Amino acid sequence: MTKVTMTVNGKAVSKEVSGNTLMTEFLRDELHLTGTHVGCDTSQCGACVIHVDGESVKACSIFAAEAEGASVTTIEGMANADGSLSVIQQAFQDYHGLQCGFCTPGMVMSAATLLKDNPKPTEHEVREYLKGNICRCTGYHNIVKAILAASGQDVTGIAAE
Amino acid sequence: MPKDHGIGASQKRREDVRFLTGTGQYTDDISTYGQTYCVFLRSDVAHGTITGLDASEAEAMPGVVRIFTGKDFEGIGGLPCGWEVTDKNGKPMKEPAHPVLAQGKVRHVGDPIAAVVAESLEEARNAAEAIVYDIDELPAVVDMKAALQAGATKVHDDLDDNLCYDWQFGSDQAAIDEAFSKAAHVTTLELINNRLVANPMEPRVALGEYNRANDESTLYTTSQNPHVIRLLMGAFVLGIPEHKLRVVAPDVGGGFGTKIFHYAEEAFVTFASRQINRPVKWTSTRSEAFMSDAHGRDHVTKIELALDADNNFIGLRTDTLANMGAYLSTFSSSVPTWLHGTLMAGNYKTPAIQVNVKAVFTNTVPVDAYRGAGRPEATFQLERLVDKAARELGVDPIALRRQNFIDSFPYATPVAVEYDTGDYTATMDKLEEMIDRAGFEARRKESEANGKLRGLGINCYIEACGIAPSNLVGQLGARAGLYDAATVRVNATGSISVMVGAHSHGQGHETAFPQVVAEMLGIDESMIDIVHGDTSKIPFGMGTYGSRSLAVCGSAMVRATEKIINKAKKIAGHLLEASDADIELKDGQFTVAGTDKSVAWGDVTLAAYVPHNYPLEDIEPGLEETAFYDPANFTYPSGAYACELELDPETGRVTIERFAAADDFGNVVNPMIVEGQVHGGLAQGIGQALLESCVYDENGQLLSASYMDYAMPRADDLPFYLVDHSCATPCTHNPLGVKGCGEAGAIGSPPAVVNAVIDALHSGGYTHVDHVDMPVSPHRVWKAMQG
Repeated sequence: MTKVTMTVNGKAVSKEVSGNTLMTEFLRDELHLTGTHVGCDTSQCGACVIHVDGESVKACSIFAAEAEGASVTTIEGMANADGSLSVIQQAFQDYHGLQCGFCTPGMVMSAATLLKDNPKPTEHEVREYLKGNICRCTGYHNIVKAILAASGQDVTGIAAE
Repeated sequence: MPKDHGIGASQKRREDVRFLTGTGQYTDDISTYGQTYCVFLRSDVAHGTITGLDASEAEAMPGVVRIFTGKDFEGIGGLPCGWEVTDKNGKPMKEPAHPVLAQGKVRHVGDPIAAVVAESLEEARNAAEAIVYDIDELPAVVDMKAALQAGATKVHDDLDDNLCYDWQFGSDQAAIDEAFSKAAHVTTLELINNRLVANPMEPRVALGEYNRANDESTLYTTSQNPHVIRLLMGAFVLGIPEHKLRVVAPDVGGGFGTKIFHYAEEAFVTFASRQINRPVKWTSTRSEAFMSDAHGRDHVTKIELALDADNNFIGLRTDTLANMGAYLSTFSSSVPTWLHGTLMAGNYKTPAIQVNVKAVFTNTVPVDAYRGAGRPEATFQLERLVDKAARELGVDPIALRRQNFIDSFPYATPVAVEYDTGDYTATMDKLEEMIDRAGFEARRKESEANGKLRGLGINCYIEACGIAPSNLVGQLGARAGLYDAATVRVNATGSISVMVGAHSHGQGHETAFPQVVAEMLGIDESMIDIVHGDTSKIPFGMGTYGSRSLAVCGSAMVRATEKIINKAKKIAGHLLEASDADIELKDGQFTVAGTDKSVAWGDVTLAAYVPHNYPLEDIEPGLEETAFYDPANFTYPSGAYACELELDPETGRVTIERFAAADDFGNVVNPMIVEGQVHGGLAQGIGQALLESCVYDENGQLLSASYMDYAMPRADDLPFYLVDHSCATPCTHNPLGVKGCGEAGAIGSPPAVVNAVIDALHSGGYTHVDHVDMPVSPHRVWKAMQG
């Protein structure tokens, strides 16, 4: 067992973990932050994407110990300080960018880093960026639309209005 | 102006807030005090006899609570099949035992042999790896044609052969023979409907808990229909009466059919928790899901269409082999028969139709309903065939379809169903308007200038949703009723909880269902909540599958709300000293007709629960009503779809450029949700057509067992879709006039894609190609081009 200390959603946490504890297990089982989901075992689906020091990381692909000293944000930390939905979260609701909700945390986390690095992405860039996040419900249409809208772009001309 | 509340409004979904903030509660998010963890030891061979199984060393490992094997399940019921199909000779289908844990033999890769229950997941995993076992491997039966040959290895020793049933349905032989003998032209096509894995993003989870104090068991599970699981597991597997068994399906991360069925793992954790008197939790890995979730499709079909000299369809004949896998999953037997054969008329007035289906056991994972279930298989073969016929006859594929459309309703097909409404010309007109067909040739030229081929594929579909009525499906072999139920509980202050049998796992019932009740009562939607997913809270309804929720459960909700209104009017009549026949309800206000005397909704509900001034001699206090609704018929959504794509002749790669869907869903409650359902269905249908394939090798090893090997559609594989549902012919037999929209996209889109691929190839001179099997991979296209 090793002790890990990090900041998660702005709060300092310190826990004893074994060396092989995955970040997903640490968040879900130790911190009870169950918004980070596990949808596969080959680091393909992206349901577990979190931010580690501001970058998107698949939490299933790192050990908790690797985040020692890091600043971690999960879906539970994405809303505004007053509890209202952030711009990206609100766009997902406004444009029906989610159905069952299981892939949604990872989608929101990925969308946030996309827009941080590329504030006005094209449709093509959004689709390329989301390759690592699988959704089985929405057919991606409304996810892509929500992200374009969250970036401040006009989406009224998109098919199927 | 679009409506901003009630029926027809695109209300934003209230459930989104919890999903967007990580506060949803999926089954794996639930952990209970004293919980243990379960890991299954699964067969790594497709077929074999277990000659040795020794768990003693593993059982002594740290943290192990107990290890269970097949011996623990001797004398305990197996997993039941919910539909008994009768074959063409009047004999019942063969129904082999389906044990919870293997009884001496394994029959597919993933078949559970033993289960370890331990204090932690890691300890359970370690112990599962330490179980010593020997399997004497037997030849595996994988290919359906080989499975039916004389002398083939049998999947089940106690059966005569691997044929589950040989089913025939539709017009009599003489009518079919006559149609084909007088045909001016016959078009024939052989095709495969590829095996798929449903892959909801949430893997299955089951958590069993036993309360010795009152002898009650609770199962938390990723199910689309908790009451069905309670009935099947309680009555047929474990012998637990309903009042001692609670099944909870909380937030469920997608279903698509594969979470309808009762699975061994559910029965196991419930059984084991009673044995060890502690909660037992199993969480599927994705790898496990590939080899234990029921698969979908997997049909091999030969289909023939007879046309007269004027290109009228006069006869249709099909021969299908349908893979059942190693065991009969819950509704597996009904998929290639009653959910497939009955749809073979499609949108056309073909007078003679005969459907032949042989269902086959193989050493593969059981196959059952997956989004569309039988109807995509019917639509794909029919719409590919009609396209081929048009090409052979040199006529326009749209014109050929239009000429043969059913155009008067109700219409009784030769395959036993009666379409109540529809307007296939209207949806085709709408589609042509949406796709700018006139501009296609210019777009094709532009593609050609870039070295690409461009294809346009069009097709129709018809679907049957809300499978019913119970007395009919009972005659056809269903072992369950197919009604649904709703309880409307009005509280003293006027707020409402509606307990429904349907289960929402992405469909947005929590938002759409209150729109209906609010519209009927004239009160604000925020006063109404939907309760679903817990058998201890909801009435006995059959859950969500087959695009039935609104058409069946929604109808039950309407009926219960009507009862509420009737009773509330009596109370209002008393309060207003008027006859209840004179009371009108509008905008949440009860008024005596023709007067300004009125009481508000909240006054009436309060009177019902504080009945100081109340007609106690005539009516009971309280305001709560339940209705069960058993539909008179299926509903029949229909539509026309178009796919426009580019094909790179250098590589065989296909790129979807445009996809349009014109659907007739009858009345629509929440257009935003309906469009979302179509989008998702289209992605799964396009995924089937271009990407997805579940592949076994000749030894029954599952080759496509992870997201590295099974091509799930990703954002960059798909376009924006153009969808429309303005052509609405309301259902005639349910109170909302709704039809169902959940599966249409997955049913209608595969033939559009393949038709477009063939169109592209022909435009490039590859006229020898009349079919490419799905998934239409670059390799398959390139091979077809080479002849």
